[in-house]
Amino acid sequence: MTALLAVHELRLTYEARDVLRALTVEVKRGEVVALMGLSGAGKTSALRAAAALQRFHAGRIVVDGFALEPGPVPPESRLRPLRRRVGLVFQGHALFEHLTALENVTLALTHVLRRRHEEADEAALQLLGSLGVGGRAGALPRQLSGGEAQRVAIARALAPDPALLLMDEPTAALDPARRGSLGRTLRRLAAGDGGREGRGLLIATHDTEFARAHADRVAVLADGVVVETGSAADVLDRPSHPATRALLAEGDGPTAAQNSSS
Amino acid sequence: MIHGFGFATPGLLLAAWLGAQGGPGVTLLWGGDAEGGAPFVEADPADASQVRGFDVEVAETIARGLGRHARFVQVQWSSIDQSVERGDFAIGLSGVEDTPARRAHHAVTVPYFSFREVLAVRSEDRDRFSGLATLRGRRVATLGGTMAYDLLLAARDSLDLIPVSYDDDVHPYADLVAGRVDAVLLDHIIAERALRRRAGTGFVIQPQAVAVGRYVGVLANPDSALRDSVDVVLRAAMRDGTLERIFRLWNVWDPSQGDLFRRVAGTALPEPTEAIARSASSVWAYLPSLGRAAAITALLSALSMAVAVVVGLVVASGRVYGPAPVRAVMTVYVEVVRGTPLLLQLFVLYYGLSGLVRLPAFLAAVLGLGLNYAAYEAEIYRAALEAVSRTQLEAARTLGFSEAQILRLVRGPQALRYALAPMTNDFVALLKDSSLVSVLTVVELTKQTAIYATNIGSWIVPGMLCAVVYLAMSLPLARLARGLERRWSAA
Repeated sequence: MTALLAVHELRLTYEARDVLRALTVEVKRGEVVALMGLSGAGKTSALRAAAALQRFHAGRIVVDGFALEPGPVPPESRLRPLRRRVGLVFQGHALFEHLTALENVTLALTHVLRRRHEEADEAALQLLGSLGVGGRAGALPRQLSGGEAQRVAIARALAPDPALLLMDEPTAALDPARRGSLGRTLRRLAAGDGGREGRGLLIATHDTEFARAHADRVAVLADGVVVETGSAADVLDRPSHPATRALLAEGDGPTAAQNSSS
Repeated sequence: MIHGFGFATPGLLLAAWLGAQGGPGVTLLWGGDAEGGAPFVEADPADASQVRGFDVEVAETIARGLGRHARFVQVQWSSIDQSVERGDFAIGLSGVEDTPARRAHHAVTVPYFSFREVLAVRSEDRDRFSGLATLRGRRVATLGGTMAYDLLLAARDSLDLIPVSYDDDVHPYADLVAGRVDAVLLDHIIAERALRRRAGTGFVIQPQAVAVGRYVGVLANPDSALRDSVDVVLRAAMRDGTLERIFRLWNVWDPSQGDLFRRVAGTALPEPTEAIARSASSVWAYLPSLGRAAAITALLSALSMAVAVVVGLVVASGRVYGPAPVRAVMTVYVEVVRGTPLLLQLFVLYYGLSGLVRLPAFLAAVLGLGLNYAAYEAEIYRAALEAVSRTQLEAARTLGFSEAQILRLVRGPQALRYALAPMTNDFVALLKDSSLVSVLTVVELTKQTAIYATNIGSWIVPGMLCAVVYLAMSLPLARLARGLERRWSAA
């Protein structure tokens, strides 16, 4: 089975510093992959490059057959096929502040996919309900708690039904109980339900607990390359690289969930 | 002209204004400054939509002689020459002085009135300051841009006196009585009017004239053929006694006019006629013209703001989204417009460009104000657009929106909320700045108030009325903006 996302030897320089030197990682359909690393390891940059928000300087990114080449980000008109395939959930949720939770989710349905309003509302309410925020559909982003906003942002990214979902630190704003429920939701999204195809999920996180419980595979990022990869159990229970051990040591600390990622 | 408007809808007002600029063949458009007041040109106290004065009657005499119908155009006195050259009206008549410079640059009629430049001094200085030579080192006031001012400038060098220039002919006399200046040099008609207003107290007019001048009509330089026809009409009016009748009616006749007529037209003195009594002015008579002027101000402000918003959006979009050359052009526009006075821009637009494009005064006013405020609006919109967080824009891109959709659906609506309060401020400021366009012959609220105040010789009632009307327009705007802000920020 070919990979839904194939990142090969990705080099990305930011302000004269190599953030990524040669990142190689793959995500298959039905798979949840945790891209792990300490703050500043380049996890966010990798997601942004895969979502065509950020230029990269060498290597290759292929999303479901659509290839991104090194150089400036192409104009939006050329990125349409990619936009249909990839959803991105930002760490700060980045909800549209002037729209309600429901409108945040329906906006792309009605204006990009040209669905009828009633149809879009119905689909959005169902999504919000499945993420446990159906009751907050009429609330504005600033009226939502961090966890609620996070789930509305996930619903917004999922609404156009992307095959690949990129998530940046999805557990940062969640308490442990919410993290567990989010993890189960993500597994369900990856597996596919109701006869629909599964998705691929690439989750940038430094939350080792979350990765161990919910990821199929883990790729540990340090010094701009993946230093260790394998099943979550193999990598996190028997770490072989110092970077992985550092990550695990940090994860034992009480403030792990509040740490920010690059 | 504005005085002729009824309470029409804004669109009709505009249409009527634009129509009036065209100047149909049977109409003789003549320009004068009603702020100059009686006996030259003043708003009629009985019907403020009409003007009266000896210059009004001279204009009507000329029009009749040409087989036309006289129609008044309000223009600032100091702008009469430029306005006539750009074709706002055919002839300017409002105590226009016969000077070598005017003769050199414009078509000037034969003189129709002889005036004396007289000195006014405080009563106790009657014997001390009898002529310019006695005023060495003293402050002497006059109206800027007049022959009297030129006399004072010449005397500054030879006699070391200090000329003080005013924009109106009321304050020099007030300041004379208050002791701020020691003498006023102006036309005897103006001096006598000032003395009558003060009931003959406070200052005296020295009998010895400092100089003698003549009033003429001024036409555009290429209009010398029309000027020649006007001269024929004026000479005839001197011969048949029409002009004398007019001047006697307005109490400005004296023997020197007869001398002038004889020199100009070779005529004997006709029979004298009686003067008429002046009717008393009242506040009520002015309310309709103030109402019309307020409507002009409101319409002018609304249209200018519309221009400012549309152009401001284009400029802001250019600065935020455009390629480098477009950004550079927009930046230059913003900096030049913000860095130079609005008054200068209005003059350039109206008079400076009149060789290239002859904009009707109202249109020039709307464009001038609109393009000026567009620069400020553009900066507000640019700041507002940049205040919308970048990650929201990126989130929109990942969802597949086009750049245009992002602006319309995500960035624009939020920027509008940021821009609303400063926009309201600007609209209120524009409402007040609209008074500047009176220099383009547009009679709006402030100008009409000034005309009214000059007419009744007091600013107290006109000033309060004017302030009330401005507040009545600006306060609801502020209220509307607060309401919208509250609704959008509702928790």
